[in-house]
Amino acid sequence: MNQQSVPITPHASPTAPWKRFLSPENRYLAPMFITSILIVGHLSFGILESYKKTGIAIAASLLAELLLGRTFSGKWPNLASAYITGISVGILVRSPAFWPYAVCAIVSIMSKYVLRIKGRHIWNPSNFGISVLLFLAPETVASLSIQWGNYLLPMVVIWILGSVIIWRVRRFHITGTYVAFFLVFAFLRSYITGSPWQSEIAPLTGPMYQLFIFFMITDPKTTVRSRFWQCVVVSVVALAEMILRLSQVVYAPFYALFLVGPAALLIEMWFDSRRTVPARVAA
Amino acid sequence: MKPGIAARIILAIVFAGLVFSPVIIKRFAARHDESKTKLDLATALARHGFYLQEVSQAAGVNFLHQAPTLDPRLNHIMPQVASMGASVSIVDFDRDGWPDFYVTNSKEGAKNALYRNMHDGTFKDVAEEMGIADVNRAGTGVSMGAVWGDYDNDGYEDLLLFKWGKPELFHNDAGHGFTRVTDQVGLPPWINANTALWFDYDGDGLLDLFIGGYYSEDVDLWHLASTKMMPDSFEYAKNGGRKYLFHNLGGGKFEEVSEKVGIHSRRWALASAAADLRGTGHPDLFIANDYGVSELYFNDGKRFHEVGEQTGVGFAPKSGMNASFGDILNQGRYAVYVSNISEEGVLIQGNNLWVPEESTSGDKLKFENLARDFGVEIGGWSFGAQFGDLNNDGTLDLYLTNGYVSLDHNRSYWYDFSKIAGGHSLIINDAKNWPAMDGRSLSGYQTKHVWLNDGSGKFVDVAQAVGVTDTYDGRAVALADLWNQGVLDVIVANERGPLLIYKNTAIPENKWIEFDLEGTKSNRSAIGAQVAVFWNGQQQVQEVSGGSGFAAQNQRRLHFGLGKFPHVEKAVIRWPSGQIQTIDSPAPNENHVVKEPS
Repeated sequence: MNQQSVPITPHASPTAPWKRFLSPENRYLAPMFITSILIVGHLSFGILESYKKTGIAIAASLLAELLLGRTFSGKWPNLASAYITGISVGILVRSPAFWPYAVCAIVSIMSKYVLRIKGRHIWNPSNFGISVLLFLAPETVASLSIQWGNYLLPMVVIWILGSVIIWRVRRFHITGTYVAFFLVFAFLRSYITGSPWQSEIAPLTGPMYQLFIFFMITDPKTTVRSRFWQCVVVSVVALAEMILRLSQVVYAPFYALFLVGPAALLIEMWFDSRRTVPARVAA
Repeated sequence: MKPGIAARIILAIVFAGLVFSPVIIKRFAARHDESKTKLDLATALARHGFYLQEVSQAAGVNFLHQAPTLDPRLNHIMPQVASMGASVSIVDFDRDGWPDFYVTNSKEGAKNALYRNMHDGTFKDVAEEMGIADVNRAGTGVSMGAVWGDYDNDGYEDLLLFKWGKPELFHNDAGHGFTRVTDQVGLPPWINANTALWFDYDGDGLLDLFIGGYYSEDVDLWHLASTKMMPDSFEYAKNGGRKYLFHNLGGGKFEEVSEKVGIHSRRWALASAAADLRGTGHPDLFIANDYGVSELYFNDGKRFHEVGEQTGVGFAPKSGMNASFGDILNQGRYAVYVSNISEEGVLIQGNNLWVPEESTSGDKLKFENLARDFGVEIGGWSFGAQFGDLNNDGTLDLYLTNGYVSLDHNRSYWYDFSKIAGGHSLIINDAKNWPAMDGRSLSGYQTKHVWLNDGSGKFVDVAQAVGVTDTYDGRAVALADLWNQGVLDVIVANERGPLLIYKNTAIPENKWIEFDLEGTKSNRSAIGAQVAVFWNGQQQVQEVSGGSGFAAQNQRRLHFGLGKFPHVEKAVIRWPSGQIQTIDSPAPNENHVVKEPS
């Protein structure tokens, strides 16, 4: 999922404590939010497969980040993003075995250091790790696919809290656009397939999607820069997801982001390079 | 100093290795997988020590299970809602010393069958003449299963039939017929039950009765008041049927005491089994729930205490569909096998093999799930399973049947199923929100699993090798020595499919011993009696069961394999009354009929 809660754009420091807390500079906001999802989810209805498995995912992620960060950047890395990756893997991966939790977390972190173009990693780490494992180890690994128990309250709390935080860190337009397009495409799918519309919007009500829309698709490191194109890209993610869903692909959202996210970044880099070259020539 | 290109290359190689490690491991495992190899009888005997041959037609059994047709508002998902009801329970109803069996049908108006053992390798359906065939009449619901127990201690096993509908109790009239006594004993007018068992929870010598509801008891599946009758969660549902515990007062009277004794779950029960897990002399109760966690109730003889989370078995919610006990490590302790759903690429719950942790016992008992370590974890959409020593080598093996809905071979409902399963309770709870199945399969045509126990913590799947090649939608499995030849045969009840009888041929070098118990102070069926056999420096414990697996009941007679050259020191029987009886040096290759000393 997203590796930083800090958007790139600088702005004036807020003064009120709650504003400081909910400010883009607070890089621990996202880790605290995802931890609260974990706690709310587990205490309200036991979302965790097991403490051990979640612990393994977090530990593997932190260790991999420490080792690789120190080795390849020469300094000790901030572990906030690795923590988010680990906890995301711990929540989203479902397997009776222990190894997928460690492998998924490590592959996720390693992807940041290996799959780089022009100094940028192009896949959201946990999206990469989870997609790879779902695709290559389907006999052992599945993803979280259930809902918030029987309760409406935890879902509402997560939606409100998530929306406030995402709004404060100036990423709400991404989440909002995706949700809007998901709903439009859900009704379109319902029209095409004849399935009840309730079944088409059902996935959106589950915790998997809440993690997906608040953390994964909003990852500042793996999204394009302009707000407009961010909205365009995320609507293409929703479109790709719809196409995959019409082909009955169970993990359509993960695969859609896996395909569209890096492609968008590569296109942005290509445009950047075209802008840079004429500028240099002109100079 | 920053690392150079060599470090980055090494990192890339390690990364690629990790990414593709699942594929490499899968290919390596496939090379060493013998489970898909079919063998002939001689080779299977030489390699595995037994062979199972499907003989239902030759045995005169031509039973086809039919499913019910429920409210038309469920038509679009009918195959998955009307997906249970095939059951089998073993009984020697006429006390001739040969196992008979009862199987249920679930179509409105279809008849159940009681197959009497004719002692010549064949069976004859006598349900009609005995008065227990025509039990699926319109308006009364349809059969889901049956369990046998001698509730009035007259020496003949009586029949409890549980249904999606009105449960029925039939008194066995000395093996000559059955009398319906439902109204006299005061069973409720309607339970949507998928599990029941007989056990003497308070040790008073009278069998009590547990019935577990699946759909809520106020739902009439033929005349729905509302389509909001589905589970309100795929893994955390609590809107299922209530549980009933009927305390046997004697004189043919029962009192419903579930609330009074501490059982008040509304989870969706699919399987239950009882055994004394802590050595207290009181049977504890295990309930495997669909759409949620399993429940384990410790029984102190008067009250039940739910300890699922405390003992570890009730932490991770799954789709429990089976509960069976087995002393798989010959340590005198029971493991519990719970079946769940595993579908590649969609949902990998894995079955649970709950093994008691070594240093725990009594009220501190804890279990750990060793299904993966033991090799019995992945079994498809698993249903009924039973432990039994199929090759008489002295360790308990495991037979598992599976498969949910087999319709179109090439089209799967799984995508739509996973979509709705992830929805909020407001969506999943209403049947009208579920996408239509349109003839698609849901985990259909699955191969079965016969796991052979090597005695040291590993099970190997030999199903194809030993002749179990069917792919019907299996539900119930029951084990019995049908032909009194010292081996466990297997009966499998299939949903919308034929009843299968797998006759067992085991190598004669492996010896066996059986115990047929009859209580006097204890309940006469001896349900709850434990036998521990000590031989060649090891022991194995088994308990007479009043229902286990999924919608099934094994023979009451206990069967132990002993391996080659057994020296049997003793058999220790602990009767439900608490009385301990020791039989020194019981002869192998014999069925020992034992009456509780009075």
